[in-house]
Amino acid sequence: MAELDALDRRLIDAYQRGLPLCERPFAAMGECLGVSETQVIERLRWLQQAEVLSRVGPVFDPARAGASLLAAVAVPEAERDAVAEAINRSPGINHNYAREGLAREGLARQHDYNLWFVMTASDEIQLEARLEALEEELGYALLRLPMVEAFHIDLGFPISWAELEAP
Amino acid sequence: MSRLSSTTSMPTGGTSHRRLRALLERGLPLTERPWRALAEQCGMSEREVLAWVERWQREGLIKRMGLVVKHHALGIRANAMVVWDLPDADVAEVGRRLAAEPAVTLCYRRRRCPPVWPYNLFCMIHGTRRERVLAALNDIVERQGLQDIPHRVLFSVKAYKQCGGRYTREEQP
Repeated sequence: MAELDALDRRLIDAYQRGLPLCERPFAAMGECLGVSETQVIERLRWLQQAEVLSRVGPVFDPARAGASLLAAVAVPEAERDAVAEAINRSPGINHNYAREGLAREGLARQHDYNLWFVMTASDEIQLEARLEALEEELGYALLRLPMVEAFHIDLGFPISWAELEAP
Repeated sequence: MSRLSSTTSMPTGGTSHRRLRALLERGLPLTERPWRALAEQCGMSEREVLAWVERWQREGLIKRMGLVVKHHALGIRANAMVVWDLPDADVAEVGRRLAAEPAVTLCYRRRRCPPVWPYNLFCMIHGTRRERVLAALNDIVERQGLQDIPHRVLFSVKAYKQCGGRYTREEQP
């Protein structure tokens, strides 16, 4: 796990949203935190290299930015890695997780959805074309779970540093 | 604000703002003048770039702008997708209540797919360990009176891919 210093934590606490929209945003952030522009840039570069940050920038609203869909597929565990790789190669995939917890009484084995991914595209037509191509390649039916309504407001994610350090 | 009012007259059929969106999906360059660097790559002025971003924020296309954290690297390794089968009449109200829970990071209503998929509400709970995530969930179930609502907890066991959305048609800029 990456070792974060006090400035890293303050950057994460203060700027998961509200990046200053000005010519020199990192200078403005430094001013608020009492450090130099160079220090902010250096720490952000380091955090990105250490894969603590996936990026610094906007989070687009999936419902407005284009078309996206949560989908799942039920595959035998032995094939899971290979199917996941095939999904990753498909265009527009932005999340792809193996999940467990469904296999139990009541749901038949073929409904044990263990791979969950989000596919995105510029519009619904391109999205459906991508899904159909992937379905054909995999040879498994995809469970399509279109969003009806989003209830949360994405404000980033408060990190509880104390809990992270607890044994 | 005069800059804002002029944004309505921006060209909408051009390609430079689409290119800007494609670049933004990959994040800002970490340099002193990130907007100018992006401007140079998509043939706009720095002011135009800032005006587009301001407009997209105002219109809600951009939900937030800042550090996008990969929680796994911070030790937040337990990630549960909790799915609920709620009566259609209740799902919106319960969805709003769950979204307001501090432990819930995302909350969506989705279409059911009977008979294979009866669940219509999805929420995410993240934490350092499974026990803590389950304790948070139990607490929510108790306080929100959801004991009788069928639900399942799907923990992630492996992340094969985790990155921001790529919505623009443009290939690698």
